[in-house]
Amino acid sequence: MSENQANGGPLVRLDGVEKVFHRGTEEIRVLSELHLEVAEGEFLALMGPSGSGKSTLLNLIGGLDHPTKGTVTIAGERIDRMSDRALSGWRARHIGFVFQLYNLMPTLSAERNVELPLLLTHLGKAERRQHVATALAMVGLAHRAKYFPRTLSGGEQQRVGIARGIVTDPTLLLCDEPTGDLDRKAGDEVLNLLQALNREQGKTIIMVTHDPHASARASRTVHLDKGQLGDEPAK
Amino acid sequence: MAGPLNWFSQVGSITKFGLLSIPQRRGAVAATILGVAGVVAVLIGVLSIAAGFRRAMAASGAADSAVVLRSGADSEMVSGFSREETRLIADAPGVARNARGPLASAELFVIINLPKRSTGTDTNLPLRGVEGAAVEVRDQVKFVAGRMFEPGKNEVIVGLGAARETAGIEVGANIKVGRESWPVVGIFSAGGGIAESEIWTDAKVLQDAYHRGDSFQSVYVRLASPGAFQQFKDALTANPRLSVKAERQSEYYAEQSTLLTTLITTLGIGIAALMAVGAVFGALNTMYSAVAARTREIATLRALGFGRGAVVVALMIESLVLALAGGAVGAGLAYVAFNNFRAATMNWQSFSQVTFAFAVTPRLLVQGVIWATLIGLVGGLLPAIRAARLPIAAALREL
Ligand SMILES: Nc1ncnc2c1ncn2[C@@H]1O[C@H](COP(=O)(O)OP(=O)(O)OP(=O)(O)O)[C@@H](O)[C@H]1O
Ligand SMILES: [Mg+2]
Repeated sequence: MSENQANGGPLVRLDGVEKVFHRGTEEIRVLSELHLEVAEGEFLALMGPSGSGKSTLLNLIGGLDHPTKGTVTIAGERIDRMSDRALSGWRARHIGFVFQLYNLMPTLSAERNVELPLLLTHLGKAERRQHVATALAMVGLAHRAKYFPRTLSGGEQQRVGIARGIVTDPTLLLCDEPTGDLDRKAGDEVLNLLQALNREQGKTIIMVTHDPHASARASRTVHLDKGQLGDEPAK
Repeated sequence: MAGPLNWFSQVGSITKFGLLSIPQRRGAVAATILGVAGVVAVLIGVLSIAAGFRRAMAASGAADSAVVLRSGADSEMVSGFSREETRLIADAPGVARNARGPLASAELFVIINLPKRSTGTDTNLPLRGVEGAAVEVRDQVKFVAGRMFEPGKNEVIVGLGAARETAGIEVGANIKVGRESWPVVGIFSAGGGIAESEIWTDAKVLQDAYHRGDSFQSVYVRLASPGAFQQFKDALTANPRLSVKAERQSEYYAEQSTLLTTLITTLGIGIAALMAVGAVFGALNTMYSAVAARTREIATLRALGFGRGAVVVALMIESLVLALAGGAVGAGLAYVAFNNFRAATMNWQSFSQVTFAFAVTPRLLVQGVIWATLIGLVGGLLPAIRAARLPIAAALREL
């Protein structure tokens, strides 16, 4: 992939990251002096209490937001100071997102939703169709290709969301509480799928979750508390 | 990096979401479309009055005809000639001739009052005394009923527009003016021109009835060719016994219509501009709520890598599409309601009534579309910019 991996460096590297939000005159320090390394092929679970900054951290890794301080290096590329325009293109090339509430376009069928990220590539129509079919088959929803989101169950919608997340074969798959809105059974199916993607395709995944049952599927779990990461939950 | 093709497909797909989501927002969308339709319909409707009036005036004058007034007079009302002078004008070089002599008609006119067909109230109509050549000087004159008046008799023929607007006018009827009664012997059309708004009789008869002696106000001539105008004009100017000005009829009528058309145009644009302000706010509102309703969708697309510019352009296109739909509806309504709508108005330069048809010309339709486009662009810009500026991370938190 990049020189960085060629050197054996981590795929994701955060150094001295600080994130401060301003709400009126109030300063909210969500992350401070945070360090994190994720190797290629890892399936990392990111846990922590509500409001601890898990989503904030994931957004920094995914290039949706800029850190107040520190550096974010993904696959050897510094993204913490990239312009909005450069970041848009970078996200399209490197990141697949999976959201808690699926965030599918209600007016598009499952296959059109999955096709969306491919519109940002140079692939022609036929190739796009090919990729979409492969991704939908991978999540076990080939037979739901023409369905609209509102006609699918929550679990199926999330699997469409995952298909959309992987259809461009991104460097990194970022999932923010992907099972947070699903019952146990549907959640398990989604976790099985993520685990298979990690184990069989070698996909690097970072998953935010509240659920120990979910984090148990990951290859490593880190806990976020008071703006810092630790291997164990804070007491 | 993303190439232009890719960029178009981004814009295309975001636009598609917007348009596909219209059924969910049909109330606001319908209001916007109707708002723009109203502006465009009013704009086109009012301006079609001016266009129709201008067209009627333009239809009045053929390229190879001219009108001669006393110099310094800008309308027939304030012009005057002796018979002697009218003969000199008729005999000038450049005037077409036939077996009966030069194609020139020395004319005078008075304004009479007759009741309107619609309201019964009096309106001013020109009663014009013409010479026999009048129908040849104005090439589009055709009788739709009856015949030409006989010279020396107090018979009248009536233009189609005047006949339509005035109560009790038909062949065989009598027009009462003062103590005199004038039998109507013919109805004529004149290609939609101003002559259709007039009543004609023999010049000599009118002179006597109105104690005008042997005086006229204007001479209408048919030229040997459109190019003969300069020769004709120069000859009149060079003649020391005449102090006159000659104009092509087309120019003369255009001049006669400027006051009214300018007023109508100003009024029309003024009203439409006020309404357009309202329509812009309508469009703004619709597009702001479209952006609000789609905040999470837009943030999701941005997270997937869709660019800011694509979001702006797509929302502008959506706004434009709505405005153009409104424009099309408005233009269609205006066309159906106003094109060829018959009306009569006062021509203030001659103080008499002119009948004409509203004209929804292609140019007006284009003008309507341009207004709709502007409303769409102005109404869409701020919401589009707001959408593009959404901080993605924060917008994704919104449910
Ligand atoms: N754009 C923002 N502006 C202001 N404050 C913010 C913003 N985004 C996050 N915060 C604050 O930062 C803190 C961390 O938020 P974040 O969403 O990262 O937490 P989280 O760990 O994902 O919580 P949850 O488990 O509830 O999803 C919260 O206090 C939140 O209110
Ligand atoms: Mg969160």
